[in-house]
Amino acid sequence: MTENTGENTGEKHGLKEQVWDPVAGFAVTFTTQFRKPVTEQYPFQKEPTAPRFHGRHQLNRHPDGLEKCVGCELCAWACPADAIYVEGADNTEEERYSPGERYGRVYQINYLRCILCGLCIEACPTRALTMTNEYELADTSRESLIYQKQDLLAPLQPGMEAPPHPMRLGDDEQDYYAPGLDTLAGARGSTTEAAGARGSTTEEQR
Amino acid sequence: MLDQFGHDAWWVVLLKVILIFAVCVVLTLFNIWWERRVVARMQHRIGPNVHGPFGLLQSLADGVKLALKEDLTPAKADTIVFITAPVLAVIPAFVTFSVIPFGPVVDFFGQRTPLQLTDLPVATLFVMAIASIGIYGIVLGGWASGSTYSLLGGLRSSAQMISYEVAMGLALVAVFVYAGSLSTSQIVAAQGNLWFGLVLMPSFLIYAISMVGETNRAPFDLPEAEGELVGGFHTEYSSLKFALFFLAEYVNMATVSALATTLFLGGWHVPLWIDHLWAGANRGYWPLLWFFGKLFGFIWVFIWLRGSLPRLRYDQFMKLGWKRLIPLALTWIVIVGVVRVVCVANDIDPRWIAVPAVVFTAVMVVALLRGAPAPQLPVAQPQGAFPTPAMPAGGAVRGAAAPLTFAPSTAPRSIEEAS
Repeated sequence: MTENTGENTGEKHGLKEQVWDPVAGFAVTFTTQFRKPVTEQYPFQKEPTAPRFHGRHQLNRHPDGLEKCVGCELCAWACPADAIYVEGADNTEEERYSPGERYGRVYQINYLRCILCGLCIEACPTRALTMTNEYELADTSRESLIYQKQDLLAPLQPGMEAPPHPMRLGDDEQDYYAPGLDTLAGARGSTTEAAGARGSTTEEQR
Repeated sequence: MLDQFGHDAWWVVLLKVILIFAVCVVLTLFNIWWERRVVARMQHRIGPNVHGPFGLLQSLADGVKLALKEDLTPAKADTIVFITAPVLAVIPAFVTFSVIPFGPVVDFFGQRTPLQLTDLPVATLFVMAIASIGIYGIVLGGWASGSTYSLLGGLRSSAQMISYEVAMGLALVAVFVYAGSLSTSQIVAAQGNLWFGLVLMPSFLIYAISMVGETNRAPFDLPEAEGELVGGFHTEYSSLKFALFFLAEYVNMATVSALATTLFLGGWHVPLWIDHLWAGANRGYWPLLWFFGKLFGFIWVFIWLRGSLPRLRYDQFMKLGWKRLIPLALTWIVIVGVVRVVCVANDIDPRWIAVPAVVFTAVMVVALLRGAPAPQLPVAQPQGAFPTPAMPAGGAVRGAAAPLTFAPSTAPRSIEEAS
């Protein structure tokens, strides 16, 4: 049977390979019967995901409750599935949502399109957009799977205040993005109250 | 033995009929569940475990779902035959159970009656004949659907069942020779001392293989090869008509298992000579336990085969049936006949047939498992140049790969040579 291959490979397809090997396959299924199945009882018993699992997005806040999103649309541009829609708008002194000039007025993620690749998170310059471990993203209508800004915003922690409100951590956005730089340099002339407020909130954060 | 039958009161017969029907249906529901659970375990899964205790009600829920589905009849179908076919498939499956002995004569609501609906002098032949009628259901269903897939499935099924029925019938001949009867109750009685499955092992093996082919089960489930024929003969069937085919398949599985138990594993007799220690084991309703234990053993083997083996190619399947099983069965019948005549003539214990049986079994296992020589395919010459990767040293690897060995490095060059 194996003259050609036998002389080439130096092995013979002997009686063991012809007769025993087909039978040995039965032992695999037989012994597997008595092993522990790998099934997870999902809807009844939920196992935690891996810590860096790419789940639903979240729009983060500064410690005083202002939004981190500045409406730059870099996430929307980075998205390979075109799942993100952002409209930015200007903050005013009366109605302020984020430190600095701009904020995201409209923020939508379409979970019918999103592939949860995380490129938007890499693109975000302010760490406003991150991902949670929540994976139960199924629903019965298309509308309910387009998440709006209020669905994505992180909940208010103690010590936070729902925007719009003035900046609580300093006079300008530098106190949010580079806290402590001015006190080190002593050149920006920040007031003592602001420094105190900043110190207290960082204490709270810890 | 046969004079025990035919004297029952009408209500006993009716009760027995209803009981057999109920047992077949419940057995089907249980077998579907059991198969799914066992196959799941063989694949590292759990299987249905939500509906009812341990998921036992899953098949009932599936049955109700099937019944509530839309019943489609294709426009090209031959309506009358299309509706008759599933009925034609399911009735023989149930009828066969009427001659299966479940137990000895018992006290049945005050009446002395055997745990068997009826028996005939040709009961085994009756089973074979009725099982052949079941094929009509499949063939006609395939033909009446007016679909190519169904037609091919039905044709395959008929070819398959007819081929394997030959081997099956030949396997049974040795049993008839040794039992001296075709009646199922007498065959069971003849196995009081030693099962035919042991003394006539080759017959048992041939029957076991052909009963898988006969019931269209994996690895011989070519009529419903979903990769080739969608659903085979039942492609166009839906709702209750499909459920009937499904029912027929599982009842058939139970039927051939029950027949194998009856003919080869001593029927309702207790295994392992336990009756020598405990005489009551073969009396009353205890034999039901042994019978169904053996039956479920066969069902488990069916499931094991399904979990382990891939589907055969059609030509391989036909070659196995006609070129291996039938010649082997014929040879074995000749041996049985010769040994039987010699034993009877010289007054030797007929159970000495076990010796040639073991030898023949060994020969048969080798003959069945040894594949035909693999065709010598032209092998590309080693090139080693860019587009064609170099062949592995010694040519193409086939079958089990050779163990990895590393050639000893050539003698190290001296420093003078290297520099």
